[in-house]
Amino acid sequence: MIDDSTTAGTDTASTPGVPVLTVDALTIGIGSRNNVKSIVKGISLSLTPGRIQGLAGESGSGKTVTSLAMLGLLPSNAVVGGSIRLGDTELVGMSHRQLNDIRGRRIAMIFQDPSSSLHPQLMVGTQLTDHVKRHLKLSTKQARAHAIELLERVRVPNPDEALSRYPHQFSGGQRQRIAIAIALACDPVVLLADEPTTALDVTVQAGILHLLRDLADERQLAVLLVTHDLGVMSAIADDIAVMRHGEVVESAPRQAIFSTPQHAYTRELLSSLPGAEGFQEATQ
Amino acid sequence: MRKRWLKIPAAWVTPLGVIGAVIAVVWVGIAFTARLWVPFDPLGQDLPRLQAPGIDTLMGTDALGRDIFSRLMTGASVTIPLALMLVLMSLVVGTLIGAIAGYFGKWVDELLMRLTDLVMAFPTVILAMVVAAALGPSLFNAVIAAFVVSWPQYARMTRSIVLGLRTQNYVMAGRLMGFSPFKTLRVDVAPNVVGPILVLASLDVGTAILLLSGLSFLGLGAQPPTPEWGSMISAAIQNFDSWWIGLFPGLAILTVVMAFNFVGDSLRDIFDPTSQVSRAGARS
Amino acid sequence: MSELLEVSDLVIEYHGASVVRAVDEVSLTIAPGEVLALVGESGCGKSSLARAVVGMEKPRAGSVTYRGSEVPLLGVRRRRAQFTSIQMVFQDPNSSLNPRIRVGQQIAEGIRAAVERGDEGSQPEEWLDRVGLPTEMVSRYAHELSGGQRQRVAIARALAARPSLLVADEPISALDASSQASVADMMRRLALDAGAGLLFISHDLAIVRLIADRTVVMYRGMIVESGVSDRIWNDPVHPYTRALISAIPEPDGKGNLPAAPAAEAPEEWRSRLPEALDRT
Repeated sequence: MIDDSTTAGTDTASTPGVPVLTVDALTIGIGSRNNVKSIVKGISLSLTPGRIQGLAGESGSGKTVTSLAMLGLLPSNAVVGGSIRLGDTELVGMSHRQLNDIRGRRIAMIFQDPSSSLHPQLMVGTQLTDHVKRHLKLSTKQARAHAIELLERVRVPNPDEALSRYPHQFSGGQRQRIAIAIALACDPVVLLADEPTTALDVTVQAGILHLLRDLADERQLAVLLVTHDLGVMSAIADDIAVMRHGEVVESAPRQAIFSTPQHAYTRELLSSLPGAEGFQEATQ
Repeated sequence: MRKRWLKIPAAWVTPLGVIGAVIAVVWVGIAFTARLWVPFDPLGQDLPRLQAPGIDTLMGTDALGRDIFSRLMTGASVTIPLALMLVLMSLVVGTLIGAIAGYFGKWVDELLMRLTDLVMAFPTVILAMVVAAALGPSLFNAVIAAFVVSWPQYARMTRSIVLGLRTQNYVMAGRLMGFSPFKTLRVDVAPNVVGPILVLASLDVGTAILLLSGLSFLGLGAQPPTPEWGSMISAAIQNFDSWWIGLFPGLAILTVVMAFNFVGDSLRDIFDPTSQVSRAGARS
Repeated sequence: MSELLEVSDLVIEYHGASVVRAVDEVSLTIAPGEVLALVGESGCGKSSLARAVVGMEKPRAGSVTYRGSEVPLLGVRRRRAQFTSIQMVFQDPNSSLNPRIRVGQQIAEGIRAAVERGDEGSQPEEWLDRVGLPTEMVSRYAHELSGGQRQRVAIARALAARPSLLVADEPISALDASSQASVADMMRRLALDAGAGLLFISHDLAIVRLIADRTVVMYRGMIVESGVSDRIWNDPVHPYTRALISAIPEPDGKGNLPAAPAAEAPEEWRSRLPEALDRT
């Protein structure tokens, strides 16, 4: 394992309990100057090392846009207000160059569809080592050793062989594991996971959930988990924020969200679950 | 259903579409009536030669003392109807072949598409030369040469649309409800083919005019003394300082081609129902 | 019992670079007024089976019989009236509706199919109402509706044809989580109201157990477990069914990680257990 202090930079040491990424009154609008459609309307969140922050909501609630904003990956006609701070660094208004340095190195992301986040024509090894070589300035040999280590960590079988295979030669679950390995390559402090298991079968999903939980614990990663699936939320999120129409309607520790939901919308979401009390009511 | 066609769609209101439609209609009007009202006989050589534009001869006269204005207007009735006919012929033949290939698939598709590839391999101008050499240079032979190479684009487009539609769920749903093949074609397939084909055709009118004028310019189309725009420009080369001889036919070609292209572009917007939504600024 | 649909020893193969057997000797039946769920993960052959039931897929071997006669392949020719009482709802609501025809007219096509078969006529508005949509939607186009609304329209159109057998291929997986359970429940109610059999295909066992009388679990083209839904859910016998059920994360807020299989696709999942079939 590569030592944290030498590679991850020094300005944001991850101290347990202290938020490493803070979103404050974030607003995002998309559109031309006189026709801006407001998508995120002032949300606040914080990500703490070792904890998984869930962001729940239906399609169109603004949860994906929020996570993209943390990486500066919004379309060019987006208007962003408020603040996103990584340690002491303000990310809103940062130049593309500066963001590029932070993206992948300090904040990494995994997506719903692992086959579209991996380059189909490059070997897995190339994709893993390129990334490492560029950001960590390792030699080819060191990078290869690091890549094998990463694949072992995400439990891809036969990591040695896996390096010289192409993404399509892996199953969907393995591809998502490889995408996670790439995300972890530069020892990020924050991992954004946007619907990481939605495209996967439920038996495969279970394995990925275990992996994400373990990684958050042992690497003190601060994880933002964006998902509409309350089952997934319940399994691994520590804190949950429920979004609707660009606003966080309720934010609380997991247990509280499920046992004593305060907001009507949270209650509505919970009652729509199969087998939930009041489910029959909701369907009438 | 019918109302939708009577209502003027929002896309028509785009200034370029309106300008294009007006110019195109004016030119088509000229094409069909010019012979009735032109001031001079377009073939008569009884005016002073190379006379600059003035009060009696609006656009001057050419080297043989013919009135350019009269020749230009009559020229419209040579080129435009032939171009329209060419497009219509290509459209009917191409769409039919494409629809058959797409709908029946298998060896029918294979056979027709290889034929299409074969024809598309011919460069238009060289083919026109071959036809001219075989049948003698004439405007009608130029149309035949142009037709031979222009139907395949309709066939290809129709085939790809029909191929895509064949497996669409709503086509399947219709068949499950007992639609006859004719009804499937009329209700589920044709409306989705008409739009793109009309767009292609209206853009193609401009291309056809350019092609026919170009062939005439090279001496492979209209023969003297027929007042054709391409051959008029070609005649202007011998009297280079009499700028009016070439300028006005050139402008005529320019305006017609642009007009049809503008019409084609706004048709594209009309026939794509989703593009009207995006005009209203809604993001989906 | 007289069966509405009988699938026996059905085999479906795809011929590409190599032969892929998508459905491997599968047999099942559906009675009128019964909801049968077909459950399995991606690539297990459940969609191929659904397509074969309506005649969109050619069986390599075996047969699909509807009310005693073989379901013909949906070819270029017109489908005979006796088979228009088999209707289907597709997974992708975006391609289920013709983009250039108003919603009301598409439902009217379903009604026409019912009338041509000698069934009673109806109005498109009734069906919109039944699937929980405002009746004004008859004059809308598909692109003016949300995904969930489109799927409801597709369901309305299929029901308007007054089917005796409704095949639904993952009808809820493209919908928002909060409407999945209610749409599934609605389909069950409407199918049963009409006295039809419903073949409901899904990868979501948690929803299926609420609406299906019987469940069939497929893995790699084979049926590994089948029988009464509650029985399978509460006491799964086959190792694959067990893995499938225990991998579902329980939305109880307790932070329990679902059990993950030790390996991807272990060999035992492919075993055939006679005692896991036709459980009562």
